[in-house]
This record gives sequence, structure tokens and C-alpha cells, in this order.
Amino acid sequence: MSKNLSPDVSECLELLETMHVIRYAEEQLGEDFAAGKLPGGVHLSVGQEAVAAGICAHLTDRDQVSSNHRGHGHFLAKGGEPRHLIAEIYGKQEGCCRGMGGSLHVADYSKGIIGANGVVGAGIPVATGAALANLMDDDGSMTVVFFGDGASNQGVLQESMNFAALWKLPLLYVCENNQFGQFSPTATVTAGVISDRAKAFGIPVEVVDGNDVRAVWQTMARATDHIRSGNGPMFVEADTYRIRNHFEREHLIVQTPYRSQEEVEKMRRERDPIKMLQEWLKAEDLADNETLQAIDEQAKTLVKEAVAFGDAGTPPPLDVGLKYQFAGTYN
Amino acid sequence: MARLRLIKAINEAIREEMERDEKVFVLGEDVEASIFGDLRGLFEIFGKGRVRNTPISENTLTGMTVGAAACGYRPVLHIMFANFLFTGMDGIANQMAKARLMSGGQIELPITIIASYGGGRANAAQHSDTPYSAFMNLGGVHLVVPSNPADAKGLLKSAIRCNDPVLYFEPAGRGGEMGDVPDEEYLTPIGKAAVVREGGDLTLISMGTTMRMTLQAADRLAEQGLECEVVDVRTLAPLDEDTICAAAARTGRVVIVDESRERASAASQIAAVIAERSFEQLKAPIKRVTALNAGLPLAPASEQYLLPSVDKVMAAATEISKNVRVSE
Ligand SMILES: Cc1ncc(C[n+]2csc(CCOP(=O)(O)OP(=O)(O)O)c2C)c(N)n1
Repeated sequence: MSKNLSPDVSECLELLETMHVIRYAEEQLGEDFAAGKLPGGVHLSVGQEAVAAGICAHLTDRDQVSSNHRGHGHFLAKGGEPRHLIAEIYGKQEGCCRGMGGSLHVADYSKGIIGANGVVGAGIPVATGAALANLMDDDGSMTVVFFGDGASNQGVLQESMNFAALWKLPLLYVCENNQFGQFSPTATVTAGVISDRAKAFGIPVEVVDGNDVRAVWQTMARATDHIRSGNGPMFVEADTYRIRNHFEREHLIVQTPYRSQEEVEKMRRERDPIKMLQEWLKAEDLADNETLQAIDEQAKTLVKEAVAFGDAGTPPPLDVGLKYQFAGTYN
Repeated sequence: MARLRLIKAINEAIREEMERDEKVFVLGEDVEASIFGDLRGLFEIFGKGRVRNTPISENTLTGMTVGAAACGYRPVLHIMFANFLFTGMDGIANQMAKARLMSGGQIELPITIIASYGGGRANAAQHSDTPYSAFMNLGGVHLVVPSNPADAKGLLKSAIRCNDPVLYFEPAGRGGEMGDVPDEEYLTPIGKAAVVREGGDLTLISMGTTMRMTLQAADRLAEQGLECEVVDVRTLAPLDEDTICAAAARTGRVVIVDESRERASAASQIAAVIAERSFEQLKAPIKRVTALNAGLPLAPASEQYLLPSVDKVMAAATEISKNVRVSE
């Protein structure tokens, strides 16, 4: 239980780099979409990077992460390679899923990234099964499931929490409350406080400022302690804000505004998790401009290389769907 | 050889596979009590770590099997009645049928779901469906439908060892058929139909619960001088097109008997395959004997009215045999 209560400087700088990588990768994908370069759509998590970074900082390859349609950040924070992410979203066979899944399904099972998911809420049962595997393995591994405030209205969340509480599954629920489910403000479709639902199952809850990466990190330090000690699940509601559109196609299909531009700009100015960490590091005299600049550049370079890798990739063979559908093997 | 009820053969298959591989575990509602009898005694042998009694949460259960399988386990989910597959549909249709493909083949998903199916027992419409044909269209799951105890055991052992998801349709109303089961270890291959009776005048094709009436019809037709070749399809996906088409071609007259509803039934797919591949050898239209296009009522006679029967098979066979010369 001798876990640090706060991330030290080097941990903070790692968190910063992770958030930068996610941000640069996603901004690139936003540009690519606008330029008509992407075969499919993308849901970007700009403004929410602190949740993925702060949570995944405490996980190893033996732990599983199950995620949702806004899953690039979870993939990268959990150790997925930026070049495998970009190539996948470009539909190239060099991608993490060989171009079969794309943005909605990025996964790298060798790193415990057991899949983004195109069906809202569907990552929750999958995570519940993974956590059952963790329990049966009895090796201290755990599973994290990321989902949105919208997904919390799916029945499977309540089913899963019942399972997890009953069986003491090593499962962390992370609800990223980004204030919207598609084009509906959360309060218009969701009754009560989401994390209160976990309390009904006797699951311990923490509500955290999801834009404060240090706070998320600290919450996760407590959560891993609780879960890895065999005490069963925990529920974290991370309060955050989606800066960009629901998906990049939004402006083409949504005519009625569901939030004000001023609100978005204010959040961008005042609640950007990257800026918040940078400013804190400077105010505390823990990092100077030069250090911060170097980390920024490093992340930018990594993403540039990833894009070059994706550009140089090749489309998969035409009949590949038939090939990957079944393992076709018997034990 | 031991003479066993189908339900007991299934029980043996699960026990043997759990003994063989510690990654195999069973989960489902009331699996401890085993109301169907197919899991009886397993809890006592393997304990609650491997025979996991669950809440009534089908959609989570089907999805959980994907997570557990992706992490190296071989879950066997007992869903009770096949109608409850619909309750757990997302986990089946969107997750287990797609996760391997979408990951570019990163994972194997050795999942077995056991679903007891079929009408004729006054269970009314939500506990009597034969829904396998709906699942034939999913693409990413194998479907097996045994009709006798030997295949029930051999196919279930193959399903549990298969590294892809398998839906196992259990024709086990009232314990299912009696039959001989070999004493030694064996597997019945997934994807292989069996010719269970030879005869040169007509080809009868069936599977699962309707095999019994199909064989009875073959007996009665033989009394009338018509010899039937009978095929037990055993696996609906992948379909053993070669065996089916060869049997169809040998007589040129085909009746397919299937308990799913007529529209987009398993029989429809089998008929289409035969028509495409063996048209030249056909001497008469292919006939399908299926359930009619409605849910099954409680009232027993009304239920029977909708279901296939020996008489309906006889009528179909007779209709396409008008110009068959009965050999002396
Ligand atoms: C089962 C299902 N219903 C609807 C959708 C369409 N859809 C995609 S994202 C989304 C909103 C999800 O909201 P939330 O869970 O809060 O996540 P966020 O998009 O805010 O990150 C919806 C409705 C879907 N993909 N799956």
C-alpha cells in the first residue's frame, strides 16, 4: 500500500507526453477527415485526454482495457503504437487490426487492448468477461472499461455491476461524462447522478475532475490498490468535456445547435487538460518552458512518423475478410 | 457401446472436456441446479469456480464469453431456451461473430453456447422457437444441430475444442432421443453431414428434432416401395454442401425437413444450394417441409398444425414421386 499519492515529476512529464501524442494524433485525423483522406469516420476525444492518460498510467500489458467508439486515446495511453493506430484508421494492412476494424475497433490484444467498440455500451460485457478471466487467473491483473455518460443508460451496465459486485471482479468502471451523448446534452436523457447507480450495488465510487490528469492519476492509484487487493470493482465518474464535434461528419448532418460556441471556446481556453498540466508544472517550478517544448516536439515527431508509416502502408488483399473471420482451427 | 439418452451424452461431453482442459468452464443461469439435466453433477465434480451460476443477464453473459475467451478461457454458456439467444443478441451478433474479423485475426474465440430448442411441448411461442436459421446469416458463428446421442456428444466435444464460436442447438425436449454412444473417445467433425440411410428413389434431408419424423417417413415410404436416402445435416454453418448435393443428385428428388419457419428457413438455404449446384440432376421441384410462418401456440393441436409431421413429409415425398417407377 506504499503507493505514491501523487505522480512525481517524471510521471507528470510522461502523462504530458501521452496527452500530447493523443492530441496530435487526433488533430491529424481530424484534418485527414476534412481532406477526404479517411475511408471511414472518426470520433475524437480532444479535451478528454487526461482520463485515458491518468488511468492507463497504472496499467501493464497484463491488464485489459475495453473501450468505446471514442477509443484512440485509450489505445495510445495503454501502450498501443501510434503508427499501428494511424495505419489502421487509414485502412492499411499494417494497422493494428490489419485494416479490418478501423477507428471504431482499434485493438492490440498483445498489449491488453481488447477493443474499442462500435456498439455503445457493448464494451461493458466484454470487460466483465475479461475481468472474470483476471479473477480466474488470480495473478493480480485487472480490467478497465471506458464508456460514456450515454452508455451508462444501457442495461448491460447495471447487469455488469451486479456481476462485478457479486463476484468481486477486478474491474474498474470509468464513465467519461463529457456532457453529451451524441447530440443530446446528458441531463436531457439521463436521470440522477450516474455514479450513484454504482452505489446501489455497493460499489465504491469516486467522482473526479477528468481534465485534471493528476487528479485522475491519484484516483486511479487508489482504485488499483482497492481492486488489485481483491476487494472487487470500483466506479470512477470522470467529469470532462468533449471539445470537438461528436464525430467529424457532424457539421454535415446536424442543423440544430445543441450547445453554444462560447461554451466550447471557454472550455478550450480554460479547461484544456494539457495546458492545465503545463501551467501547474511551471507554477510549481517543476519544469521550464524548454522541457515542456521538448516533450511537445517529441510527441509531434512520433505522430509525424506514424502518419508517414500509415501513408506508406498498403491496402489489404480483397478476400481478407474471409481469411480473418474464423480461426478455423481445433484444439 | 452404451445406450444413452441424448441429454446424458451431452453431460458426458462437457464432463470429459472439462477434465481434459482446465480452461473450459460453464456459466449460465441455474447451471448448478441444471434444470435440463445436461449439466447434472458437474457442479459437484468441478465446483463453483468452473460451474458458475449467474444472474439472469443474457446480454451481459454473451458479451462476457467474448472477454473471457479473448483472455484465454473456453467458456461454455448455457442459455437455456434458444429464444433467449435473442435476449443476448448483441454479444452474439455484434461481438462474438465479429471480434476476430475486426481485430484482423488477432484472437481466437473458443466459445460454445448451448441452446435447447424446438416446439411440440406446449411451451408457447417464447419457449419453442427453432431459431437456427436466423443465425446462419451472421457469418461469424458455427451452428451445429445434432439429432442423436452419439452426434450430440461428438459435436459438443468438437464445439468446445473449436477455436471459433459455436452455437450448439440442443434437441433435448424430454431428454431427447435414445441411442448408442461409443465407449471410447471420439469427435464428430463440425461441417460434415452424414448419410444415415441409403435408397435410390428419393433424398430426404433433415437435422435435429425433425430427423425422427424424417426416418419414420422413410420407413413408411419403403413400405410403399419408395427407397429413401436420408441425410442428417448435423452442421448448418458451415454447410456440408458436397455431401448434401451428392445425395440430392443421386435421386434427383429432394424433400428437406426442418423445424424452422418456412421463410428463410434452413431448408430454404439448403434448397438454394442444391438448385444452384445440382440443377441438372433434379427430376422434380425441391420440397421443403417446415414450420408455417407463425409463432407456436400453446394449444397442443394448434401447435402441431404449424409444425412439420410425418404426414407432411409423406405428402411432400409422394407429390414429387408421382412418376417414380417402383421397383419390384
Ligand atoms: C447501440 C448503439 N446505439 C447508438 C449508437 C450511435 N451512437 C454512437 S456514439 C453515440 C453516443 C454515445 O454517447 P456516450 O456514451 O456518452 O459517448 P460519447 O460519444 O459522449 O463519448 C451514439 C448514440 C451506437 N453506436 N450504438
